[in-house]
Amino acid sequence: MSTKAAFLARRVVQAAMVVVGVVFLSFFLVRLAPGDAAMAIAGETGYSDPQYVADLRKEFGLDKPVLTQFGIYLAKVSVGDLGFSYQKRQPVYDLIMERLPATLLLAGVVIVVSLVIGIFVGAVSAKYAGRLVDGILRVFLMAFYAMPSYWLGLVLVLMFSVHLGWLPAFGIETMGGDPAPMARALDISRHLVLPALTLGLFFAAIYARLTRAAMLEVVNLDFVRTARAKGISETRLFMRHVLRNALIPVVTYAGLQTSALVGGTVLVETVFSWPGIGRLAYDALIARDNNLLIGIFIFTSVLVVLFNLLTDLLYVVLDPRMELGK
Amino acid sequence: METLRRSSTTRRGFLQSVGGAATLAAAGGYPEWVFAQTRSGVLNAMLNVEPATLNYALLNTSVIQSVCGSINESLLLFDWQLKPQPNLARSFDISPDGLVYTFELEPDVKWHDGKPFTSRDVVFTCAKMLRELNPRSRAAMDRCESITAEGDHKVVFKLKEPFNAFILAFMASTGPMMPAHIYEGTDYRNNPANTAPIGTGPFKFAQWSKGNFIKLVRNDNYWRKGQPGLDEVNFRIIASAEQRAVALETGAVDMAFGDDLDPIDVPRFRENPGLVMVQNAYDAVGEITLMEINQRTAPFNDRRFRAAIMHAMDRNFLVDQLNFGLGRVADSPIFSTVPYYDPKVLTQYEYSPDKAKALLDDMGLKPGAGGVRHKFSVLMLPNQDGPWRRAGEYSKQALADVGLDVELQSTDVATFYKRNGDWDYDVMWNSYGQFGDPAIGMSRFFLSNNIRKGVPQTNTQGYSNPKVDELLQKGATAVKREDAQAAYSELQKILTEDVAMLWMYERRKPLFHAKKFKDVVVGPNGPCDGFGAAKPA
Repeated sequence: MSTKAAFLARRVVQAAMVVVGVVFLSFFLVRLAPGDAAMAIAGETGYSDPQYVADLRKEFGLDKPVLTQFGIYLAKVSVGDLGFSYQKRQPVYDLIMERLPATLLLAGVVIVVSLVIGIFVGAVSAKYAGRLVDGILRVFLMAFYAMPSYWLGLVLVLMFSVHLGWLPAFGIETMGGDPAPMARALDISRHLVLPALTLGLFFAAIYARLTRAAMLEVVNLDFVRTARAKGISETRLFMRHVLRNALIPVVTYAGLQTSALVGGTVLVETVFSWPGIGRLAYDALIARDNNLLIGIFIFTSVLVVLFNLLTDLLYVVLDPRMELGK
Repeated sequence: METLRRSSTTRRGFLQSVGGAATLAAAGGYPEWVFAQTRSGVLNAMLNVEPATLNYALLNTSVIQSVCGSINESLLLFDWQLKPQPNLARSFDISPDGLVYTFELEPDVKWHDGKPFTSRDVVFTCAKMLRELNPRSRAAMDRCESITAEGDHKVVFKLKEPFNAFILAFMASTGPMMPAHIYEGTDYRNNPANTAPIGTGPFKFAQWSKGNFIKLVRNDNYWRKGQPGLDEVNFRIIASAEQRAVALETGAVDMAFGDDLDPIDVPRFRENPGLVMVQNAYDAVGEITLMEINQRTAPFNDRRFRAAIMHAMDRNFLVDQLNFGLGRVADSPIFSTVPYYDPKVLTQYEYSPDKAKALLDDMGLKPGAGGVRHKFSVLMLPNQDGPWRRAGEYSKQALADVGLDVELQSTDVATFYKRNGDWDYDVMWNSYGQFGDPAIGMSRFFLSNNIRKGVPQTNTQGYSNPKVDELLQKGATAVKREDAQAAYSELQKILTEDVAMLWMYERRKPLFHAKKFKDVVVGPNGPCDGFGAAKPA
């Protein structure tokens, strides 16, 4: 077996173990809190009798002992069935798939935009380190890094939706909007701007700071001096030798952030009423919709494992000296 | 839905939308989503949380009522005095002994799929579906000896004993009519119609874009002539209170329901010349915010202690400052616009920290170290950050002023109702709806036989008084109105004297709608009665 195949096989086994751990932990962790979905629903309708609570428990399978419930759940999950959402009364898998595109769209745009902006700004900042441009950029970076995304989102809404009326403040597309593909794509991209900016500025600030710091470090290393001594052009030196080597920490961080983004856009999705997985998880948590919540945990943990794998593979592309399988 | 699409797949429509978007930013003009709402026949509302289902019988939370009220209808409507009016039932009759209720149905009503609405639907809905699924309907329908259809357009309900609040079971929020041909013999909880409901109402379900919006379109075959007055009603799902305020402010939506806005934003919208505020849209619910006291142990079982808390709380402050005047101080277990409310018999507890201290002194609860007389916990209402969190925080301050040291506890919804049902609290904030009659909304909190561990929103306080049980029974079963009034008057006297519960304030949730619409709210059931009458102003 080649190194790569062995590496992949080992990682797949590790991933499976992680997922099993997630299933086990999340199943029992969410049950540690007092109360259940039947209580939440019975209480919220404002009028309940013993039969109502018992009916709900029976419907949700909550009347059985916890270990039996776990057994039933494991049996289902092992064949890829994530169960049924109590609160939304739909299969969990369908619910996740329904919301996944919105989250992937938002996360994808945020990652690409923030990496492009972040690396560019970081590189410029490093190139002019210590000069005025660098100073100004660093002030902005610090500001975007420090601002809570929730607050930044509200400020952007106030500016661009309330005062200027340029951009929609919530949702993913216009209700009853034009269904023609081009018009719809434009409509969706208009809705994307504010949530993507809110999240993207924060990540861009992180990437820029990482890029800048890494580049300043690399610039003083021996191989750069050697390259320069060999008479290589400044641009080529900067791009091929300095930037490329400086990207390792950025890629590491982007890999982590990517996985976090898929499940972790709760705040921004809530602020902008973005119909993604983050908000679905939040709704599930509030309603104590355990099946849905655990389903999202499992699903996102699989994605996290996948992204980590991708990050590892990307290292090799950036720096051929790195080897897989260590 | 084909019918919803504007003809924009044409070349012209395509060019317009592209061109429009391109010039948008440069011209500083309005984007398409602003134009969308200028179509006058479209009413855009919002929902603060996505409904779990659109099966009105299965779950009747307020968001489901707001949407389904325009789709499903009930036999009767109720006017501002909560008097029953014809709806799907063109007339009704109650026998003099209060035992037989006969309904004549409108003959030409059709379900949205074209099938006729008949007495079979009514019997199925009341005797089977609602009775199985909905605890509030079950409480009423369980009192029936028989529910029978006589021909296609007449239904007779025979009661086991008189129950004068029975007629309220035909209000939209409690008795939505469901199609028998869709649901009978199926698994109600998993019927596909739960996400694409079929009703008889002025609007038909058209589209549910999950996480985004729900769209209803006009029912051209609606049985009531001249309605609906609008082409579409849309419900935008907007999760955050700030965004809902922005949506209303920018005109992206035309309406805000009672729980959509934080009261803190209300004064601003009240001044907005483009909006109308309706304050009585939820009067049929009649929500009273209160503190429940677990009365099983000392000192909570002492009337003086409960009275002391009443005197310690400035309830006018709760109404005027924390709720911006939306509501009034609650002085009775019965909501003040509901029949049987009797202001003459009530014991009043005005704001007076001195009286509170005197009562506590009298009990022997003297100030100890740091002026503390007693320590206990207060559980706050979860989930609705604004008014209820502020009320909870206020209670800590107000009680500290008389020497009661309170630990505020916050929880999520499931834990809250678990602790409520398990009697696991000292004092907790809560609220109950009156639903038009004390026998429906209020009695369950004071009946001894409704002390049921494990069931939230029952008599979790453990309040038990044989005289009260007797009066509640008398009030509910009296055939003559004055007999019922006499029982309820005496009941209010006893319960307020006893401080059986700490009634804080009547919540008057405001409904806002754009001035360009009229007849949006036509009765005390607000959105629950549907938007059939609404039209451009």
